[in-house]
Amino acid sequence: MTGYKVLVVEDSPTMRQLIVFALKRIRGFQIVEANDGVDGLKKLSAEKFDLILTDINMPIMDGLKLVSMVRNDPNYKETPIIVITTEGAIEDRERALALGANEYITKPIQTMKILETVKKLMSV
Amino acid sequence: MSDTSSSQALKDFISETEEIIGTLNYDLVKLADAVETGDCDPDVLNGIFRGAHSIKGLAGMFGFDDLSSLSHAMENLLDGLRLGKVPFTQPLVDTLFSSLDVLIQLIDGKSNDENFTLDLVPILALIDQSAEGEASSAEDPLAGLDIDPGILNVLTEYEEHRLLENIRKGRAIHLLRMDFELSSFDQELAEITEQLKQQGEVVSTLPSAGEIGERIAFQILFGSELKRSDIELLLSRDDLDISTCGRADVEMEPEGFVLEEPDARPDTAMATLERLPAAVEEVDAGSSMRSISRTVRVDIDKLDLLMNIVGELVLSKSSISNIGDRIKASADKELATELAKATRILERRLHELQKGVMDVRMVPVGQLFDKMTRIVRRVSNEQGKKVDLDIRGADTELDKLIIEDVSDPLMHIIRNAIDHGLETPEERRQVGKPEKGHVQLWASQKGNHVVIEVHDDGRGIDTEGVRRKAVEKGLISEGQSLSEEEIYDLLFMAGFSTRDEVSDMSGRGVGMDVVKNNIAALSGMIEVKSTQGQGSSMIITLPITLAIIKALIVQVGDKTYAIPINSVLETLMIDADVIQTVEKREVIELRKSTVPLLRLNQVFGLDSEEEKTDEKRLFVAIVGLAEKRMGFVVDELLGQQDVVIKSLGKALSFVQGIAGAAELGNQKTILVLDVAGLMTEALRGESSLNV
Repeated sequence: MTGYKVLVVEDSPTMRQLIVFALKRIRGFQIVEANDGVDGLKKLSAEKFDLILTDINMPIMDGLKLVSMVRNDPNYKETPIIVITTEGAIEDRERALALGANEYITKPIQTMKILETVKKLMSV
Repeated sequence: MSDTSSSQALKDFISETEEIIGTLNYDLVKLADAVETGDCDPDVLNGIFRGAHSIKGLAGMFGFDDLSSLSHAMENLLDGLRLGKVPFTQPLVDTLFSSLDVLIQLIDGKSNDENFTLDLVPILALIDQSAEGEASSAEDPLAGLDIDPGILNVLTEYEEHRLLENIRKGRAIHLLRMDFELSSFDQELAEITEQLKQQGEVVSTLPSAGEIGERIAFQILFGSELKRSDIELLLSRDDLDISTCGRADVEMEPEGFVLEEPDARPDTAMATLERLPAAVEEVDAGSSMRSISRTVRVDIDKLDLLMNIVGELVLSKSSISNIGDRIKASADKELATELAKATRILERRLHELQKGVMDVRMVPVGQLFDKMTRIVRRVSNEQGKKVDLDIRGADTELDKLIIEDVSDPLMHIIRNAIDHGLETPEERRQVGKPEKGHVQLWASQKGNHVVIEVHDDGRGIDTEGVRRKAVEKGLISEGQSLSEEEIYDLLFMAGFSTRDEVSDMSGRGVGMDVVKNNIAALSGMIEVKSTQGQGSSMIITLPITLAIIKALIVQVGDKTYAIPINSVLETLMIDADVIQTVEKREVIELRKSTVPLLRLNQVFGLDSEEEKTDEKRLFVAIVGLAEKRMGFVVDELLGQQDVVIKSLGKALSFVQGIAGAAELGNQKTILVLDVAGLMTEALRGESSLNV
């Protein structure tokens, strides 16, 4: 078992469900879901995660803040982060990468793309 | 392919887009109100933008190109508006309303027919036209501003724009730093944001970099006409640290400034609400604003909570019954009878409540099957195989949690069926089968269980090949003779894979052992049937729900266990001498069939009454799962009871034969037996008995 813990931060429940569904194809992924940046932060502080997928455009606290926060926490220095962005939002995507996100996926999300990206970052 | 299966995803889609449209409409009305002053609430505008953005994402996901391009155009226009690149005018608001109308018509249409579409050219042209307004002059972004670049870096393009807007308005930019308890930071933050919004604009909320420890610090970028001291007064927090930058500085003092009580906001909200019906009437008669779907989205955790409460209630009821019995025995007979009557009524209502909550948790397996149709389509394409999927029983209902947890195993089984089971079209032609492979995915309810079957008409399981492989892998010895069933069992052993190269699709390192364990974790069971050359079947038997079960409480030695009643067929009292021994296994004759026995005291290493059993009568609980029968030998049958199953938690999840823990009415915790696990373990290697 790989036994990785994965946090998925996304405000749309349907979208979140689809991302989770894709990730579940990887054995041993234990997936925790969060509705927005603040919720994500809350979950990050409760337990340690091995991979984070986050949307950028979210209410309350967006993905950029989350990425910056995570990257600056010594516990999460190396944790891979994948940001989920809209095709057009190049500006925000570049900022996310500059802040330390490892990879990005553009919406509409494809299962294969998620799996490929995850595989690029983790040994699964 | 069944209609019901694909419609669930669509229903989910409709209900989420509907929610979004509801908010969009509400916010658009607010936006329209602000046109006159030209000064709209950035939160409202940003909310509308996000709504369009979400719909675009969802539409893309579901392949609705029309909806996707419309919401994309809207999103673009709104992005321009919120970034100040498109002027805020009445025609623009009109365009947005028209776009929303078309959006509603589209979604309404699709809720009846997935292929419904509309001519979008006119509305797209209109949006384009509106987006072409001359951009307001962009300033040199934030050049002269004394803000920490670390903060500027994490701002989105939109936040940057809002920051500039605030400066342009002559507001002071404050950076508020506060520090919260980790357990409540989200609520506190929400409260503070709400307070601040009365007095200005919260441009951004930034968590402070550093370790996430006991406490967490946040910085709020706040544009306002308030002075630093006013903010301190407003929030009255000891840990508040404010630094102020921007052009409007500490000097600026709004005349006669009074801290407003934050009741101004509900007022405006009410006013908008009152104006809402008028706006609704303006919407084109063709697109009704009534709710399209009648579903409510509920977090499964909330249902779990309800379920737990119902469980606790059931337990409380048991203790009341107990008290009633004691009163009956000792004191006032009349009172006892009344109590008994009241308890019975309570019991009935509780039962209804329990059933109601249970029903809410039930979802049709069609949801699951729908995912599977996508898998089938994709896998067959990737493998160059032609597959016809036959779905039946999509409306069979199962507990939502079970559906979630069985989805991976089922997906794996189906991938296997196509990948390993079905031959290539060429191979099929050669053996005289139709080119198109046939996969059946059937669900049906049998008593308290749901049976999910996956049949394929492929090459079947090559028993000889499996045996050889198992010998190679050292799982069995060379000369060992195995029944067909035992050979199928090998497939579920850890480390067994029939192909040397793990295929890209089925493989990914997941073995059938994981599938079996996952199903066992749900108190389910998986069986294999196969005929070489004709195909194979995987049959999964699952309990309908997990949370509350009726259980037979038994005593073994000095321990008490619960056996889920849905797997108990009958209970017997037998004399020790009717037990026979066949091939070193204890069995009894039961109505002309042989039922193997399992002494639970041996299984759990409880030696207490072992010596005495010979001269004693024994109690046997006959359990059955699918076609198999077995008798569990126990010391006492203590009766039936509702128990609330609680998971044992990770640390104990490996314990064999135990499905979980349950609480009895008297606050005693007992272990619940994993009947499927115990049976499989005990029956291994003795299929010669044909049980």
